[in-house]
Amino acid sequence: MSNDSMPAKNATANAVGVAADAPPTGEPRSEAAVSPDAALMTVDSERGIGGLARRIVKVQSFQILLVLLAIFVVFSVLAPDTFPTWSNMRLVIQNVSILAVLGIGMTYVIITSGIDLSIGSVLVFSGVIAAKVMQGMGGDGWGTAIAGILVSIVCGVLWGVFNGLLIAKAKVPPLIVTLGTLSGALGLAQVITGGVDIREVPAVLASNIGYGNIPGTTIPTISVISLVLLLIFGVVLHKTKFGLYTYAVGSNEESARRVGVKVDRHLIMIYALSGLMAGMAGILSLAQYSTTAIAGQSTTSLAVIAAVVIGGTSLFGGVGTIFGTIVGLFIPAILQNGFVITGVQPFWQQVAIGAVLIVAVYIDQRRRAAASRATKTGKRSLTHLFRRSA
Amino acid sequence: MSSTIPILEARGLTRSFGAVRALDGADFDVHAGEVVALIGDNGAGKSTMVKALSGNLALDSGSILFDGSEVDLSSPSVASHMGIETVFQDLALAPHLTPPQNMYLGREIPAPGFLGKLGFLDNKTMRARSKVAFDELGATVRSYSSPVGSMSGGQRQAIAIARAVAWAKGVVFLDEPTAALGVVQTKNVLETIRRVRDKGVGVVFISHSMPHVIEVSDRVQVLRLGRRVATFQAKDTSVEELVGAMTGALDAGAK
Repeated sequence: MSNDSMPAKNATANAVGVAADAPPTGEPRSEAAVSPDAALMTVDSERGIGGLARRIVKVQSFQILLVLLAIFVVFSVLAPDTFPTWSNMRLVIQNVSILAVLGIGMTYVIITSGIDLSIGSVLVFSGVIAAKVMQGMGGDGWGTAIAGILVSIVCGVLWGVFNGLLIAKAKVPPLIVTLGTLSGALGLAQVITGGVDIREVPAVLASNIGYGNIPGTTIPTISVISLVLLLIFGVVLHKTKFGLYTYAVGSNEESARRVGVKVDRHLIMIYALSGLMAGMAGILSLAQYSTTAIAGQSTTSLAVIAAVVIGGTSLFGGVGTIFGTIVGLFIPAILQNGFVITGVQPFWQQVAIGAVLIVAVYIDQRRRAAASRATKTGKRSLTHLFRRSA
Repeated sequence: MSSTIPILEARGLTRSFGAVRALDGADFDVHAGEVVALIGDNGAGKSTMVKALSGNLALDSGSILFDGSEVDLSSPSVASHMGIETVFQDLALAPHLTPPQNMYLGREIPAPGFLGKLGFLDNKTMRARSKVAFDELGATVRSYSSPVGSMSGGQRQAIAIARAVAWAKGVVFLDEPTAALGVVQTKNVLETIRRVRDKGVGVVFISHSMPHVIEVSDRVQVLRLGRRVATFQAKDTSVEELVGAMTGALDAGAK
């Protein structure tokens, strides 16, 4: 232990002791009246630029941002002509866009201490149904495209509501429910198509949204759509009652229930949101690749979960940010891109991501152990993914 | 004991769990502005009684009267609507939320105007009012922006009690509020209980600590085997008498 931290610790102990020892007077006590030490500490730890900076540094999404920047710098040094260029970064951003849409829903789900393994399959299912509908309607115009978009979103929401009902009402553990729908949604998509990908996509969808740019720029449309969704749902998560209840349910479901939060309804809405995002991603994927890519999404759910967790969202619930998820998505994407450019076998990316994921969860565990004192509600293990209280 | 009609009264409560009769025709009453201690040995039915009176448990038979008229406490939200709040042994705070967020959970103040309709919150007001409520109880909450999970048992206890008290207009139940606390923190909680009583709220205090019971309460009601067996005026009783009534060694109640 360094000498610097000792006085601070003593001050803390004193402040607590003095504050607790102060005789109850029956008067409302101001912080300053309790003890100068306590007042000083409050100011010190909560306000002021120094305190704010210290708190930001402790946030995992910030630490992981530093990791991302480090990776970026390393590849920029190794391949200064090809890696840090807009055309290359544009490619990375475009590749991340669809995963980011999925990451929105997953962040909400994991904050409630749940999990949604089904999003990759729901994406495929929604895309398949939308493709079928657009195929049936025919035509290359916006009318057909909009019908496809709506159908895809509705399919996603329906799967999400189905997941949510089973989890909230039937009390089946989220891991099992979404493992079931992971299999079920993909199976149904294959039944409907006979296992053959549909490759007819209205031209307006593919050229405007899929690989198009915002007119007059080189910014991919799909990335802008993704960014808008991230902003909207980031604000909802961090600033609204819906977001607050999401944290409350993940933090202590029972306490939320006791104060009148409609926990079951909230969970259904959270899984519906995850389904909505999967449906959205379904139509975006269809637009981008002009195929339903039935076999192409088998690891999507896991990639998104990994990104969310790397970004500092806790699998134990109650903690997480949309910003962290964005950073968590860019790490694998940048690694993959960088490995290709520098001539490393891109398979190493998977190894690297595995390592980053484990380290991220390890740090989360350590941080939780340090931050929360052992209480009934603080001591939790991941078994909540396997069981639900009746 | 400012009024003659109890703010909350239970008559002949019965509840069985399988073959076990947790409550067997139990009575209970608490007046506004009074601290009533509810004591009894393990398994006497204290927790069952609290759950029933706070809307957390359905009864087999018996009636509950709030302010003189019979009520159906079918859920915790019905109870809290009447101004009945409970601090459970396990506290039931959300550890990742801040003290003001816990304080207002389920009762958030929306932001003014259109933003409020969209679900945005008036965090500034909630924070300011929480501070007033904590100060009023002399609760030393050191940080309003840290999660309560990072705070000490005493601080969390203070927050849980402050939350219950802030919303309780009629009765507040405190189930073993001092069980996990140190000497000084216990003193603070007992002081808090007196202040809540002085606000005109009925306080029901459940504890195994007889000295605390005698120190803080106005009346003591003793449960044994699912029944109320005795009621004492705290100032006229002793630890020996209370223990005697709890265990059945002393079969004469002061009722």
